[in-house]
Amino acid sequence: MKKIEAIIQPSRFELVKGALQEIGVQGMTISEVRGHGRQKGHTEVYRGSEYTVDLLPKIKLETVVPDPLAEAAVQAILKSAKTGKIGDGKIFVSSVEETIRIRNEERGDAAL
Amino acid sequence: MAIVFALSLGWGGLASASCFGAQAVVSRPAPTPYLASTSARLARLEGEMRHARDAGDNAWMLTSAALVLLMTGPGLALFYGGLVRKKNVLATLMQSFSLMAIVTVLWALLGFSLAFGRGSPFLGGVEYLFLRGVGAAPNLAYAAHIPFETYMVFQLMFAIITPALICGAFAERMKFSAMVVFTALWSLVVYAPMAHMVWGDGGLLNASRGGVFPTLDFAGGTVVHITSGVSALVTALYLGRRIGYPREPMPPHNVVLSFIGACLLWVGWFGFNAGSALAASPLATSAFVATHFAAAAAAVGWGGAEWIRNGKPSVLGAISGAVAGLVAITPASGFVGPMAALVIGLVAGVICYVMVAQVKQRLGYDDSLDAFGVHGVGGTVGALLTGVFAARVINPVFKNHPVGLIDGHPAQVLDQLVGVVIAWTLAAVGTFIILKLVDALIGLRVPPEHEIQGLDITQHGEEAYNL
Repeated sequence: MKKIEAIIQPSRFELVKGALQEIGVQGMTISEVRGHGRQKGHTEVYRGSEYTVDLLPKIKLETVVPDPLAEAAVQAILKSAKTGKIGDGKIFVSSVEETIRIRNEERGDAAL
Repeated sequence: MAIVFALSLGWGGLASASCFGAQAVVSRPAPTPYLASTSARLARLEGEMRHARDAGDNAWMLTSAALVLLMTGPGLALFYGGLVRKKNVLATLMQSFSLMAIVTVLWALLGFSLAFGRGSPFLGGVEYLFLRGVGAAPNLAYAAHIPFETYMVFQLMFAIITPALICGAFAERMKFSAMVVFTALWSLVVYAPMAHMVWGDGGLLNASRGGVFPTLDFAGGTVVHITSGVSALVTALYLGRRIGYPREPMPPHNVVLSFIGACLLWVGWFGFNAGSALAASPLATSAFVATHFAAAAAAVGWGGAEWIRNGKPSVLGAISGAVAGLVAITPASGFVGPMAALVIGLVAGVICYVMVAQVKQRLGYDDSLDAFGVHGVGGTVGALLTGVFAARVINPVFKNHPVGLIDGHPAQVLDQLVGVVIAWTLAAVGTFIILKLVDALIGLRVPPEHEIQGLDITQHGEEAYNL
């Protein structure tokens, strides 16, 4: 099992969700987060006081998929989240040791 | 300023007069008009006409008083409330609101008498303590056609907003208890004498009622805006900066609240300035128009200056500009025409922008919400420009004598300067003494940990946004 974490532009979220559902990803968890990578925010000016806002709003999407689906999921996110500009975000892929469904205690791929 | 209109009853033919008289008689079971003598009918007619005119004036003055209260709450409260960080918004609203209550009580007990009772050229007396003698009858020294009680309550609304303006300078760091004591003393020690000098019967600067210097201040450029603005500067300097200023970002937490507040201020200002005609007169219209035009021009001035400087015209800049224009036109509103109002507004918008956005940054004092930059500077600009643009054609009180510089009376600028210097001095000295006193008695600032936690929780035990 692989965990896929993607930090994406909020404006691309609906597209990414649709693309993942299309290839059969069953579930996901999303959070509204703030952060920055190479993109360096913007300046706001209030009555002459300048503030640099360098933590920008992003969406963090987390999903765990069976190993064979992982590469397809990454490709789906890449295709749907890319605008080609700085600030498009990143995808992190990691291995997951175990998954347990709380309701019936199923384990492994069956629990996904 | 007391502008008395003598409405002549000598005009008008008997034909139209008896027509009015017949209408009046229909509504009451009076003796038939045919039996009454002509002189008795005329006397009744005159009485009815006076009543109609006075009712119109009183309706406008009560409306104006309500509009001026609207400026403090919710107008100024929201304008300031949006500009602070979200941990201090309730405390900021409470500062304005508490003054609506505290100044009202003081005004009833002694404030009104100290400002408008007969006394010395510098301060009123004790004749209206507890509002004795302030009733339905007009007071000819102030306004001939409205109940003295209406005049009293209209003036009260000015006394409320003036200390509320100062709150912008000490926002986010003063103890509520200290703020209450400070503003209560301030309204008696600074506001009452200044109001008396400019508008009071026998006041030093009230030339039309026995004063020495004919300083023109139609609606409170010196009395309201210079006193509050200069006191704001002194308070900001005395208290010192907020923790973290200017290193930490302290952007407004909700510009939408400030926007609503500024628009309410703009509307309320019609009561402030046009109401200062003290009658539903053509002069009130003239002041209304001047007020509106100056606000518009100043919004263009500040917004435009910002657009050139930063490449973007901000909402906060546009609304701050409008307020600066309203401040600047206040002393001039009953003395200048619409074109002069445009110029005054534009100049004030640009100058206040430069003061707030450039000069303040360089000097480094922390006038949190720019009470000095807008009211002190805008009020001073307005008071001086009143001496430049005042014109005899606008206001019948001048009886065709030239007034302002352009009207052919350059010395008026000096008379304005006298008023400005007195207002600056009284505000600076009075405020400093009161601050020293309150600081010694109960302390002015909240402890640093309370300042970091925010005044809403530490001073009032509440939070604004429990979402």
